[in-house]
Amino acid sequence: MFEIGLVHYLTLAAVLFTIGIFGIFLNRKNVIIILMSIELMLLAVNINFVAFSSFLNDLSGQVFTMFILTVAAAEAAIGLAILVSFFRNKGSIAVEDISTLKG
Amino acid sequence: MIGVIAFYAFAVVLILSSLMVITAKNPVHSVLFLILAFFNAAGLFVLLGAEFVAMILVIVYVGAVAVLFLFVVMMLDIDFVKLRKGAKQFAPLGAFVGIALLAELVMLYQVWPKPPALPTPDILDVDNTKALGNVLYTQYVFPFQVSGLILLVAMIGAIVLTLRSRTGVLRQRVGTQVERTQAESMDIQKVSVGTGVSNV
Repeated sequence: MFEIGLVHYLTLAAVLFTIGIFGIFLNRKNVIIILMSIELMLLAVNINFVAFSSFLNDLSGQVFTMFILTVAAAEAAIGLAILVSFFRNKGSIAVEDISTLKG
Repeated sequence: MIGVIAFYAFAVVLILSSLMVITAKNPVHSVLFLILAFFNAAGLFVLLGAEFVAMILVIVYVGAVAVLFLFVVMMLDIDFVKLRKGAKQFAPLGAFVGIALLAELVMLYQVWPKPPALPTPDILDVDNTKALGNVLYTQYVFPFQVSGLILLVAMIGAIVLTLRSRTGVLRQRVGTQVERTQAESMDIQKVSVGTGVSNV
């Protein structure tokens, strides 16, 4: 009980991932909050990677955490850029407006 | 003992702040709670002995991504109250999916065979950063290069997406200014007394 093991970290990451999924459902219209929920889910995955890396004494997990961080940063930058240019054209970022993909 | 207390403190604050991220009314508050969550995750990474990744998390997420979110939230003039309308409609479905997923994951961890207890070497005789550098620049050098390429593509994409050429803006054209000659820009007239300039 009073020893923090791998399962503690995995459970924490599972809770965090679930919060991320719940956030997507809860803020279905707001793209910015959806992007933040995706960041939370990526953070949960990173916690899993680092926990396994630490408890199995394998550095690959930490290396891949850095790659995930890179991709997450790129994804956030591109997503927010799309959001800004969409807002410029439409004046709104509601998700139901985005679903009309007409040329 | 202090490690256990630190783990639970970081974990509780992490979960509470991430709950606040998805429930806060004001998106600026959401971003600030996201920053708090990242700080606590970095603390957990330090507890796990991954100091370098923890520092990278703080630098990349708090320093870049969260500030980017903050910029966008504050820059766009959005009626967030209208966006929240009807949000409760899908909350039961979301709660169902979330609880199902969480139950599955927890059940999986209950029956999951514990990984073999490897002999814990004094986490390598070198410190975390040096050990990470040793594998990152040798074994993982090509993925490392590819991640650099991803960042380059993301940078170009973000610039292309947000660059706009506005019409009707007055700009200084230096070349045109320099190319002007005295003949085309000045008109010297002899004005006799009492007549004034007529043909300008």
